[in-house]
Amino acid sequence: MFREEWGRVLANLIGFLGDFDLAEEAAQEAFAIAAERWPRDGEPRNPGAWLTTTARNRAINRLNRDRTLLRKTRLLEVPDAVEDTMDEATFPDERLELVFTCCHPALSTDAQVALTLRTLGGLDTGEIARAFLVPEPTMAQRLVRAKRKIAAAGIPFRVPPDDVLPDRLTAVLAVVYLIFNAGYGGRNELAGEALRLGTALAELMPDEPEVHGVVALMLLHDARRDARFEGGDVVLLEDQDSSRWDREQIAAGRALLDRALALRGRGPYVVQAAIASLHADEPRDWHEIAALYGELSRLTGSAVVELSRAVAVAEAQGPEAGLAIVDGLELGDYHYLHATRGELLRRLGRVDDARAAYGQALELVHDDAERRLLVRRLAELTT
Amino acid sequence: MKYMLLIYQGTTPLPGTPEWDALSQEEQGAVYAAYGELNRTPGFTPGGEQMQHPETATTVQVKDGTTLTTDGPFAEIKEAIGGYGFYEAGDLDAAIALAAKIPAASMGGAIEIRPLVER
Repeated sequence: MFREEWGRVLANLIGFLGDFDLAEEAAQEAFAIAAERWPRDGEPRNPGAWLTTTARNRAINRLNRDRTLLRKTRLLEVPDAVEDTMDEATFPDERLELVFTCCHPALSTDAQVALTLRTLGGLDTGEIARAFLVPEPTMAQRLVRAKRKIAAAGIPFRVPPDDVLPDRLTAVLAVVYLIFNAGYGGRNELAGEALRLGTALAELMPDEPEVHGVVALMLLHDARRDARFEGGDVVLLEDQDSSRWDREQIAAGRALLDRALALRGRGPYVVQAAIASLHADEPRDWHEIAALYGELSRLTGSAVVELSRAVAVAEAQGPEAGLAIVDGLELGDYHYLHATRGELLRRLGRVDDARAAYGQALELVHDDAERRLLVRRLAELTT
Repeated sequence: MKYMLLIYQGTTPLPGTPEWDALSQEEQGAVYAAYGELNRTPGFTPGGEQMQHPETATTVQVKDGTTLTTDGPFAEIKEAIGGYGFYEAGDLDAAIALAAKIPAASMGGAIEIRPLVER
């Protein structure tokens, strides 16, 4: 309940004050008061409006006590305290303005991610630091610097105008998907956070197909989370126990994908979601998957996507055709390239070449679970 | 907000060089027109005088009381400042939009936007 309200309350306060720090302090105070009173007196009828009113009044008190703080805000004078708890309609939802501020390209990607999790997700500095395996003081410094830059450089608090909106939206979606992927490696709370953020964005921007696309993609991936690990080891898609897939979530992902397609979405997230949807079918339509990877490859120009296409082509047309694509890629230091080569060479019966390829993959891999998978493959090859 | 726009020439052809002469009349005209429009933008103040090429710069540093003088700009030639201007605008997005219209930004150089301390 608290976490759900945090982003909206904070966004409104930042919009009102024009200062992140003052807004955050006031929001924290309001949430602390709520934590004390609500269990005792019961929850107010409109919790979000109550929290916003209380936080605004806290900020106004603070400004009355220390008028020099007024310079940090966009206010010209200290406003009167808000008398009563207003209804929700009085406080506009400014989360969209906030997310575009946090994901402004003038901030580094690391800072965009941290700031988005802090302000919209309501994670505290320690939680974000642990999620990204960064010391807490480093994360605290990153947040301070980002907030300082927003103020000093005049990064606007608004939804960008149409001419720059597509680029800016791409940046926002990249941050959401990055948070999701950081969680996909096992840190579940981040994946859940990314889904919450994406869902909120989809509600706020219902006509943007790529927003529905990214949420569909996350839902479809997340539906396979339980089947993806076995005792800490990675289980490849073809070896997964599909009875452990979350069918409801797959259906929800597909519904969003349909919506994105109906909005004529053909962007990278929509295409990826379509591929993920095909991967949840049994048997899989590898020809269609290969064709969609081809489309994604044209959209992104990414060699990593070409590698995925090679895998699909190998399934559809045989390992020889897949290997021909893999061997044309310049991804020499990417362990998946060598692992894929190893697998295709194994299928072609070229055991020595396969062993060499897996060996190269092992030299490049960093993740322990991925390493164990490669060791297993290599052992299977020898027996 | 007040911003300083620092123009890094990079590989942008400068008048008086063979690279500049290699541009067509239309291309040269477009560059002059773009700078003309920039100078007429409300809120923009050009940096007054025109700088000579970075090759003509001299860099001075004082270490342990000794003045060290070196030929050329402090940064690499390609990273040297070729000009500057000031822009008073509502927010960073407005400054980014204006910076993108400066010819050097699309001809091999770059524009750095520095917010100025308001007093």
